[in-house]
Amino acid sequence: MTNSESRGCEKWETPSPDATWRDVPRGGVIPRGGNAAEYETGDWRSSRPVYDGEVCIQCRLCWIYCPDSAIATNEEGEVTGIDYDHCKGCGICAVECPKDGAMVMVAEEL
Amino acid sequence: MSLAANTSGNRMALTGNESVAFAMKQINPDVVAAYPITPQTEIVQIFSSYVADGDVDTVFERVESEHSAMSAVVGAAAAGARSMTATSANGLALMWEVLYIAASNRLPIVMPVVNRALSGPINIHCDHSDTMGARDSGWIQLYSETAQEAYDNTLQAIRIAEHPDVELPVMVCQDGFIISHALDNLYTLDDAEVQGFIGSRTPTYSLLDVDNPATFGPLDLQDWYFEHKRQQAEGMKNALDVIPAVAEEYGKLSGRDYGFFEEYMMDDADIVMMVIGSTAGTAKDVVDAMREEGHKVGLLKIRVFRPLPVAQLVRALRGKKAVAIMDRAESFAASGGPLYKEIRSALFDCEKAPMTSNYIYGLGGRDIGPEDLRKVFEQSLAAAKAGHVEQPVTYLGVRE
Repeated sequence: MTNSESRGCEKWETPSPDATWRDVPRGGVIPRGGNAAEYETGDWRSSRPVYDGEVCIQCRLCWIYCPDSAIATNEEGEVTGIDYDHCKGCGICAVECPKDGAMVMVAEEL
Repeated sequence: MSLAANTSGNRMALTGNESVAFAMKQINPDVVAAYPITPQTEIVQIFSSYVADGDVDTVFERVESEHSAMSAVVGAAAAGARSMTATSANGLALMWEVLYIAASNRLPIVMPVVNRALSGPINIHCDHSDTMGARDSGWIQLYSETAQEAYDNTLQAIRIAEHPDVELPVMVCQDGFIISHALDNLYTLDDAEVQGFIGSRTPTYSLLDVDNPATFGPLDLQDWYFEHKRQQAEGMKNALDVIPAVAEEYGKLSGRDYGFFEEYMMDDADIVMMVIGSTAGTAKDVVDAMREEGHKVGLLKIRVFRPLPVAQLVRALRGKKAVAIMDRAESFAASGGPLYKEIRSALFDCEKAPMTSNYIYGLGGRDIGPEDLRKVFEQSLAAAKAGHVEQPVTYLGVRE
């Protein structure tokens, strides 16, 4: 293709700082799956859930209800904490948690 | 369109709506989303009978609004499907948000639009306010004078939209009722010829290509949005090369030749009328009559409005004395209609530019006859003689 933009490439990576409009995939498509993990949305938070593993009964409702994938789990699927790089602080986990004190929302210090 | 001696195909009597529905049958798209609106309704209605009769393999989605129709074909096109829908006027207006998404996601959707006045007051008849309003949405726009042109443009639109240098959606416009509901005598191609011409779609990315997963329509902020818009502009620019190439191939197949615009008696013309759509037919008769009286008048009919073929238009108009630019839409800029603005701008850097005047006509289906168009030529002849245009913008056919 001459004098035209890229149609994207099979081995696409995040564009380098010196990339131009010719180099990025057409139409804003990201030709690679699973890339949401690279977009850190944790700095949107105004309050954060604080997890207490001593109180938690491992019902995993927080993991089920989290609209992102911000509840951290181990290989057995047990809740181990919060992925603060992606948690936006919506508070759904704390609302759904049936155990007082296992998941508590705390205001972020600005 | 000019009919070559070797024009070929099957002769059929079809209305504009029927001709487009028939073209869609021959295209056999993967997905059609359908919602009725006058005067387009017949297109999807006739197409639904092709679906019911098993004449096509299309997934036919009956949706609850035009916003949903456009959204459905956006999703289908992103999945890699050849996708079509059709609309008019307020239906197009309801699609507005999604029109931009279709274009910016570079989805080659082809949509027949039967031109109708936008409300209000409520009106179902022809003008170009609907598609002229969508002129900056990023869609390619092809306009048709006749049912034949609507048929031929629909087939060519598939190739233009899906061309790897373009990948943009295309509106194929025809005048509501005047063309859509009037019986015309036209030539169609054989099904196999159409399939051979359009080939199959090979999308750059596909939602259904699970081996190569991709994210469609992600957030694109200060960092890369501008670059994607620049790409989109390039796709539209590339269409200036692709549209004539597709037309040439189609001309060899059909014997019918298409340019960016049609020139009628233009070679030695001093006075030019520029028009879009069915009014060109009436205007050609007026040109013939005035030529017999010895006036050097000609006609330029726009087929491709987006992208605007500026260089070609300037070449065609250079050295002419006056151009009367006819707009079947008011843009409420208090300074003339959309075609006038763009042509006047295109002529700004032209040496020996003709003087220009604007006529806004035919709003809401107001009939325009030969006597109206003769008046335009006569006023342009007078302006050329006097060396200045008395009135830049005229409302033609309104009760004064």
